[in-house]
Amino acid sequence: MAEIQNFTMNFGPQHPAAHGVLRLILEMDGEVIQRADPHVGLLHRGTEKLAETKPFSQSVGYMDRLDYVSMMCNEHGYVLAIEKLLGITPPVRAQYIRVMFDEITRLLNHLMWLGAHGLDIGAMTMFLYCFREREDLLDCYEAVSGSRMHANYYRPGGVYRDLPDQMPKYQASKWRSQKDVDRLNAVRSGSMLDFLQAFCDKFPACVDDYETLLTDNRIWKQRTVNIGVVSPERALQLGFTGPMLRGSGVEWDLRKKQPYAVYDQLDFDIPVGVNGDSYDRYLVRVEEMRQSNRIIEQCIKWLRENPGPVMLDDHKITPPKRVEMKDDMESLIHHFKLFTEGYCVPEGEAYAAIEHPKGEFGIYLVSDGANKPYRVKIRPPGFVHLSALAEMVDGHMLADVVAVIGTLDIVFGEVDR
Amino acid sequence: MSRIRSYIKTFTLWELLQGLSVTLRHFFIRGVTIQYPEEKTPQSFRFRGLHALRRYPNGEERCIACKLCEAVCPAQAITIESDVSADGTRRTTRYDIDLFKCIYCGMCEEACPVDAIVETRIHEYHMESKGENIMTKDKLLGIGEKFDDMISADKAADAKYR
Repeated sequence: MAEIQNFTMNFGPQHPAAHGVLRLILEMDGEVIQRADPHVGLLHRGTEKLAETKPFSQSVGYMDRLDYVSMMCNEHGYVLAIEKLLGITPPVRAQYIRVMFDEITRLLNHLMWLGAHGLDIGAMTMFLYCFREREDLLDCYEAVSGSRMHANYYRPGGVYRDLPDQMPKYQASKWRSQKDVDRLNAVRSGSMLDFLQAFCDKFPACVDDYETLLTDNRIWKQRTVNIGVVSPERALQLGFTGPMLRGSGVEWDLRKKQPYAVYDQLDFDIPVGVNGDSYDRYLVRVEEMRQSNRIIEQCIKWLRENPGPVMLDDHKITPPKRVEMKDDMESLIHHFKLFTEGYCVPEGEAYAAIEHPKGEFGIYLVSDGANKPYRVKIRPPGFVHLSALAEMVDGHMLADVVAVIGTLDIVFGEVDR
Repeated sequence: MSRIRSYIKTFTLWELLQGLSVTLRHFFIRGVTIQYPEEKTPQSFRFRGLHALRRYPNGEERCIACKLCEAVCPAQAITIESDVSADGTRRTTRYDIDLFKCIYCGMCEEACPVDAIVETRIHEYHMESKGENIMTKDKLLGIGEKFDDMISADKAADAKYR
């Protein structure tokens, strides 16, 4: 009798369903996975070491590039760690802006995830619908920071600039009549907050559309129910956080358990799954989108009523206003000092963690009292989740590997750092 | 009763038809596609694209070679050499930005005390040969002159926030 052997298969790094540059070595018995071995590091850029070579405030832009679909959340983790070491608290308005953009980021991330996950397992329409809504949120990113993705907007001590009073508008062209343009610009006539409010008003209906397409759909259910089941105990042992842990039924959310910024003053619920399979994690993330929408609405309301500074007034840490800088000698000195050597952070260490769309994103910062960090350790949620991949796909079919990679919601910018 | 209902729903492909009704509705609503080169998406006045060096209205270069942008650049994309010019002022003799290194973070603009280096809303540019990625002082000043109206309007709109 012929001897039957397992064979080894290479999945990625160029496979479209590998979400970036994941290389999986799969040991297959027919079409059943015997062993999966993720090879990471193809997108390693040495962000941790890079951050050690430059003053604290200059690394904010590199944090955007960690998890490049949830940019401002990464920045938030980093600036929180610095603020913890410095012992400062940004103005309340800055904290509300941060929370609002953290939730916008969560929507961006979950929309991207839903679109890509749907596309991976055969629901192409989702990708188009999700990206349509994403566009509005990216417009908010651009309006406020000048960049659609790599915002570089948060600063230790606040945020760079206040929200703009106007939104950019469509121009008439040979493809669009003035009437058409007016229709498109209707939501853009007010401030950025008005634009965002209009988005928040229409977004729940969009989520309903997504759910009509997917939640009860038998094909979607066949592809996700009972795929990649993780028990709550095992999820805790594996170090899961975020929707991965909540999908298994553990109610853990840093926004509630260790509130940072102004999350303790906002009203929102934490969705929790039951079975810990891909389908439950999908439900958790969809519900999180609805909750994020609620949080954004509360932030808009607060921000409308409470104008004020968005940056701390301590010019040893934050640069002075440009008007002051131009006609006040002391401010000019502060400006020059801050943009050349930065500021020295007291000796010590701090760990700041935030509820990133993917889980707990933490920055562990050690300072030796210089103007550069002595050590920056990034705790990426994706890396931890990826390490559980082998266990989750064990015994599943080859096609389910794609579903499990999708449900992990990994982005290689942060896995490889 | 609910069992019967679920059976009926299963055999009539109820949830699939509901999904199809969503896609059918989208078939008839107006599309959101932008016909790109002829038509463009709205762009914020804060947009961070290609760099430019500005001049004062009287034609004098703004840049005073203080090298703050060089110091603050996280990617170390800026190289500056300076000298005293013929009229006795401090000027740059070399101002290079390597567009391959630049991460478009906007820190140079934030740091510049005289609003000389700015990031414009130009985002459609390309290079055809090696070395064109280095934006020299002449190229940067050229962009600043050519798009002066646009840059001035954008910076004026943003001034009250900074």
